[in-house]
Amino acid sequence: MPTFIRLEAGALALADDPFTNVGDDEAIPPGDVIISLTRFQTEGEGLLGEGRQVGVRLESDEAVEALAYDLPRIAVVALAFPKFGDGRAYSGARLLRERFSYKGEVRAVGDVLREQAGNMVRCGFDAFEPADGSSLEDWRRASQRFRHVYQRASDGRSPAFEERGA
Amino acid sequence: MYRYDQIDRDMLADRTAEFRGQVARRLAGELTEDQFKPLRLRNGLYLQLHAYMLRIAIPYGSLNPTQLRKLAWIGRTYDKGYGHFTTRTNLQFHWIKLADAPDIMDHLASVDMHAIQTSGNCIRNVTADPYAGATAEEIDDPRVWAEAIRQWSTIHPEFNWLPRKFKIAVTAAAKDRTAAKTHDIGLNLKRDRSGALGFEVMVGGGLGRMPYIGQTIRPFLPATRLFSYLEAILRVYNRHGRRDNIHKARIKVLVAALGRDEFASQVEAEWEKIGHTPDLPDTELARIRGAFAPKTFDTLPAVSEAFEAAKLATPAFARFARNNLKPHKVAGYAIVEVSLKAIGETPGDCSSEQMEAVADIAERYGQDDIRVTHEQNLVLPHVKLDDVAAVWAALDAVGLATPNMNLVSDIIACPGLDYCALANARAISVAQHIARKFADPDRAELVGELKVKISGCINACGHHHVGHIGILGVDKKGEEFYQLTLGGSGAEDAAVGQALGPALPYDKVAEAVDTLVETYLRERHDGERFLDTFRRTGVAPFKEAVYADVH
Repeated sequence: MPTFIRLEAGALALADDPFTNVGDDEAIPPGDVIISLTRFQTEGEGLLGEGRQVGVRLESDEAVEALAYDLPRIAVVALAFPKFGDGRAYSGARLLRERFSYKGEVRAVGDVLREQAGNMVRCGFDAFEPADGSSLEDWRRASQRFRHVYQRASDGRSPAFEERGA
Repeated sequence: MYRYDQIDRDMLADRTAEFRGQVARRLAGELTEDQFKPLRLRNGLYLQLHAYMLRIAIPYGSLNPTQLRKLAWIGRTYDKGYGHFTTRTNLQFHWIKLADAPDIMDHLASVDMHAIQTSGNCIRNVTADPYAGATAEEIDDPRVWAEAIRQWSTIHPEFNWLPRKFKIAVTAAAKDRTAAKTHDIGLNLKRDRSGALGFEVMVGGGLGRMPYIGQTIRPFLPATRLFSYLEAILRVYNRHGRRDNIHKARIKVLVAALGRDEFASQVEAEWEKIGHTPDLPDTELARIRGAFAPKTFDTLPAVSEAFEAAKLATPAFARFARNNLKPHKVAGYAIVEVSLKAIGETPGDCSSEQMEAVADIAERYGQDDIRVTHEQNLVLPHVKLDDVAAVWAALDAVGLATPNMNLVSDIIACPGLDYCALANARAISVAQHIARKFADPDRAELVGELKVKISGCINACGHHHVGHIGILGVDKKGEEFYQLTLGGSGAEDAAVGQALGPALPYDKVAEAVDTLVETYLRERHDGERFLDTFRRTGVAPFKEAVYADVH
């Protein structure tokens, strides 16, 4: 099993992943699934009707706005990093949290390296599939590297200008 | 100037520790070069032709003597005893060992300096007017906003992996000394009729392969709304900028593709949704503003007898005073420009000894304040007229009193083929040849303001597109050739230069510049700069003269 890390109540922990990531040309297995946006648009309604949890995987060129009306029913939005240098998903995650008040899981999938852990947590990701063999401890250290932050983001941390005013 | 507090220092310490770990993992083979490259770039470390190059940030070009002495020490300890000031007001060392880099970062952090985001596809070092706080022309102190932008852009979680690099400039005077219109975002401070402070926001300027002059997307943004607006611009760009082709990934390409009006309306729509959340509270702006409170100036007569007497007694000093002094907002003071363009030297290079001399001078005569300009010179912004002669003598003793500000030998040149892995042609030696042609200071003064800018490849680090005379090195079947452009400007009258004609071989470039200058002297009307004459006559007389000469 690849490492799967979740952020719950402010703490990172190893977790079991109940979801099966299903490709567009694969049959839907039983249980909770993560499917592509295209597939969700055609098969999502039916799958949700079966009482299982459904997640949607968005590629980096797919806008989170496409899910705006379905978000309350979606358990996971998996945002893809085709390359770790492709930073579109950070904007996607922030919009999910800050604009659409999405409370479900926002998962980082693809080329996910520990160097991005801090940025990801700040932008509202709360589930990670590291592709670089990071252990929980590596991930924790990387995501907690900076004692202060300069900007407001999705994690609710007080930026420097608030710390200074306190 | 701004003093780091414990929070700013902790940020640097945490970043340095992170980078030390990344270097160790790279050296141990745990990170591939592909994975490591964007990480080292975000810490200013490039792999060049001969060694690693370290680019150190000098936020809005502002330094104190302690910092400059530390840079001198690093140059002597880890490099070859000199550094190179760049068109981004950074300092580069060209001969760094990877294993030394984390220690250098620690030394930098000890004087509140760093190399964060001086490269990579992220928000880079912010530029501001080098005369900030000293010129009477300014509407507000641009450093206040530049420092706030420095903090906001540092390790921004959403905008750390943009399609391409991103540069912001802040200016507050009618005369633009930041080349704001060649930046991804240019911010020009203004006041509206009620006296409220705001920014004209210009977007999509940039040089490189496809030069664009920035376009105004908002004539007046209330200053208090700056950060929500920046967030809106960056978010539109982060989401929609091209990532399939590195040469089409800058925001200028997105702005050009959408058109200015459509881009502006997308930004406005995003901005409306963002609301006020990212904007800085007044208390923080006031805290930063306090750090740039006006210096204490003595009450002095507008005319200094000592200064006037020194000019009469020493013609060389009089020449320096004519070319390198600029008016200060306070009577009895001057802004002193320190040329890093000594004839025959590499533009922008500065030895450790010279850095220490400038640090000493700034401490003794210059209120501990040193600026770096995007034209690769230094500025002592607050010098008493009574002290200018002493400053000149001290500069002259270390070869820093070249009286050529804005003259033909005050050339911008990128490192070119001598250092850079991307270059097609040499730039430094072309600059040296041209400077030698105009070594006679009387002739250089007769010619007057003339901005020559040289790039060793199409990436345009030498800003050739906006040179009054621009020179671009190209490779033609393994030989260095140079394309000349005329009429460009990076200032408030920004324009992209116009091609002169077929590229010239290496050994004909200085001669061609000489011919261009002679043509200008023949054609000019009273009071015209080279640029003005060119704009009046067009390219024809210049083209005729140069190619008549060549053939």
